[in-house]
Amino acid sequence: MIAGVVRPYHAVFRARFQLLLQYRAAALAGFGTQCWWGAIKVMIFAAFLAGPVASPMTLRQTIDYIWLGQAFLMLLPWSADAELARMVRSGDIAYERLRPVDGYAYWYARAVARRTATPLLRATPMVLLTGVVLPSLGLGKWGLGPPAGVEAALLFVASMALVVALSSAFSTLLDVLVVITLSERGVNILVAPLAIVFSGSLIPLPLLPDWLQPFMQYQPFAGLIDFPFRIYGGHLIGWSAVAALGRQGVWTLILVVLGRAIMRRAMARLETQGG
Amino acid sequence: MQYPASFLLTSAGAFAATGVDFIATWALFLRFRQVAGWRIGEVAVFYGVIGASFALADALTRGFDVFGEQFVKTGDFDRVLVRPRSTVLQLLGYELRATRVGRLAQALLVGYIGIRLTSITWSWTAWATLLFAVAGGMALFSGILVLQATLAFWTVESLEIGNALTYGGVEAAQYPLDLYARWFRNFLIFVVPLGCVSYFPVAAVLGKADRTGLPAQLLELTPTLGFLFLGFALWVWRYGVRHYTSTGS
Repeated sequence: MIAGVVRPYHAVFRARFQLLLQYRAAALAGFGTQCWWGAIKVMIFAAFLAGPVASPMTLRQTIDYIWLGQAFLMLLPWSADAELARMVRSGDIAYERLRPVDGYAYWYARAVARRTATPLLRATPMVLLTGVVLPSLGLGKWGLGPPAGVEAALLFVASMALVVALSSAFSTLLDVLVVITLSERGVNILVAPLAIVFSGSLIPLPLLPDWLQPFMQYQPFAGLIDFPFRIYGGHLIGWSAVAALGRQGVWTLILVVLGRAIMRRAMARLETQGG
Repeated sequence: MQYPASFLLTSAGAFAATGVDFIATWALFLRFRQVAGWRIGEVAVFYGVIGASFALADALTRGFDVFGEQFVKTGDFDRVLVRPRSTVLQLLGYELRATRVGRLAQALLVGYIGIRLTSITWSWTAWATLLFAVAGGMALFSGILVLQATLAFWTVESLEIGNALTYGGVEAAQYPLDLYARWFRNFLIFVVPLGCVSYFPVAAVLGKADRTGLPAQLLELTPTLGFLFLGFALWVWRYGVRHYTSTGS
């Protein structure tokens, strides 16, 4: 009889446990994928840099850049907020106008929340693996090294804070664009390749052709990956580094102003779907 | 093919998206001129062969890719089992997607450019080897996707590991394997034989057999391992089907 009482709870427990295991398995698999990608990139870049032609970045700086890029991949403005997209489709977006708070600020706050907790959580295992485990196995040469100095470390932290601000401004702008275009697929498909190339996620910006460098250093995506990770490695130092931080800030402001302006127009002429 | 315009647009989009992939390679060669003694034309041929293999395999076996989410969860697989034709044949050709066409076009273009940039002696052997390499690659990637779907019997979700081996495999095999560390190279030859459907046969065609330390005639036959891998994957799949317990009925 007692067994009969316990059984449903046992069943629920087992179901929940299995679900969590699968979630863990998926997260683990995702982490494994990133390690694989990172390892391949490191080996490819190491092979290129081993040649006779001089490189603008040292191998140490390049490897650090690659691992940091993998670790903080979630900081990029990958896609518009899925929940907002759903709200646009269902027409619930009209409720956003009823909020007593500033609409843009609310959306921006949501974006910042998305760009702090999760990326930090997902970065930790990668940083631990490449920054602690690999060196302890004597493979430190292929892992993540420490920052290039105290100044580099401090500027790096400041730069990362600006990355959160900049990336959130980007993604809030994307959210606003979704409201206008009524489709998040189009926006997402356009942004992803742009973000990958221009942020330096695909290849460190200094390794792109020299004639592209001036443009690359001033476009908004550079502040997402290229600046903080080159500061970390000591490739971007002194006043150049400070100027880069400045550019991160300026682009954040521009995107915020743009986002607010477009949002005001969009909300005013809101086409409610399914309303 | 009801929406030709949309098909073309999606293909173009996929073409551009996979093109982004090659930007890094192109930029690196522009600056460094060569990698481990290989030049851009040669790497472009590696890229074209493995990219085409994957695009073709992807297009044909799409049914397996979504297998986990759609069939097993909803119990639809029971309907597939009931039909008199082979389950494998039914899932093949489940969906031919425009994106695969775009990716295939991009791979072929890069491969063609590579061929123009290198000096290959075009004998019948060379053509046969390249085609055999692509065929072996198709078999290999199909095998990976089949294994990924088979995992769905036990986890009810397609794991990202499959993606690491397919997309990651394409990324890794774009370059000649002698770039990589020994352990990684051996993994890509003996465990998941990507090297046998790209590096070995293409090296033979490019006249660089000496880089591999193996005779050219042997290299030309290595794509066979892609087919063996597929055979193994299908065997595992049949095992899974035999032991399948329906989740929905």
